[in-house]
Amino acid sequence: MDGYQTRIRYFDGHSRDALIREHEVPFPDGRLIVSRTDTCGIITHCNQAFVEMSGYPERELIGQPHSILRHPDMPRAAFQDLWETVQAGRIWHGHVKNLRKDGSCYWVLATVIPNVRHGRIAGYTSVRRKPARSRIHESIALYARLREAENP
Amino acid sequence: MTLQMTVSPDFPPAYIAGWYIFNTWLQRQSGLPIHLTLYDSFAAQRAVLAQGGIDLIYANPYDAAFLVRECGFVTLAAPCNRADEVVLAGTQTGPVNTIEDLAAGTVIARTDDPDVNLMGMMLLEPAALHAGNTTAITVDSYPLVAKQLLQGHAGIGFFLEEAFDSLSALVRGQLRELVRSRISVIRHVLLAGPGVRAQQVEHLTTLLLAMDQDDRGQAVLESMNLSGWEAHSQEDTEFMIDLMDTLDTQVLPG
Repeated sequence: MDGYQTRIRYFDGHSRDALIREHEVPFPDGRLIVSRTDTCGIITHCNQAFVEMSGYPERELIGQPHSILRHPDMPRAAFQDLWETVQAGRIWHGHVKNLRKDGSCYWVLATVIPNVRHGRIAGYTSVRRKPARSRIHESIALYARLREAENP
Repeated sequence: MTLQMTVSPDFPPAYIAGWYIFNTWLQRQSGLPIHLTLYDSFAAQRAVLAQGGIDLIYANPYDAAFLVRECGFVTLAAPCNRADEVVLAGTQTGPVNTIEDLAAGTVIARTDDPDVNLMGMMLLEPAALHAGNTTAITVDSYPLVAKQLLQGHAGIGFFLEEAFDSLSALVRGQLRELVRSRISVIRHVLLAGPGVRAQQVEHLTTLLLAMDQDDRGQAVLESMNLSGWEAHSQEDTEFMIDLMDTLDTQVLPG
């Protein structure tokens, strides 16, 4: 299989090795990728579109941290901003390049919302939809600059 | 106290009689006095809801969000195997073959159906279209949405899937389906207001979930074009509302 191995470093300090391939899988028309996590970011629910796009069977997703999808081209600052925003009870949105199990990638427009139950955050729902190509190109340039700043 | 029941105005007109038959069935089964009133627009229905004049409602998911979060409504049940999905269509003779062919300035033909419009705008995002760079023409029915397209007044139309599939073959043959949603979790729900006692909520839910298990109940369901009711927990409804809230967040160019 083409591609290369790399170590992905997360903003919270931990890391893992992953296969990276250049191939991009297009987001399917008309679908939404939906998942829910607990307050620690551990996946508790995911829909069929999530399974299909991530390349993982559902049993390998439930109980895993959502960062299993983290692509090394994403700057750590994006996820730090995500967590700070949703932990403050606000909605976060942004364009995200996700990593599939086979090392290929897919771009999404992600929105993450805190699930507020009885006045407190009980978890988070993440909904990903098809982004505009023009916004992906903008994000590629922005994230390259952010990564440079993180790894001077 | 007579319970006041209503139905979201976006149900197909062909099933008006079915909802009256359902009202009679529910009264007889529950022993509760229930009065059904249908409204011909979301605005008219919301005016009555705002005054607390509704106890039972087959609610559009958009209205369900407000009723559950702001007005203390609880979920009785949801129709089996029936999610709200949308179709976005242009015309066979038009220049648009995919959503990405649409450009800023596109005119959208639509009804005032709020969840269809919410999902429709979300499906335009791959073309970088949003409320700020499109124009909407709002009409009273889905056949009129098709008419706006065929008369060249709009470049794209938003349809409830069921309404699109119910258009005549002649009309559909002139339209080009561009995208059909497969979201699955956005759906109408039957809600009870805070004036309905907890014991009544439980009783009504039990009746609804068993409705498809006898011939009479099945006949009533058929008259509404439903196959049955299934449990939809309060958390299921809360989750649907969370999901709709994410779609309500328009992501504009930064």
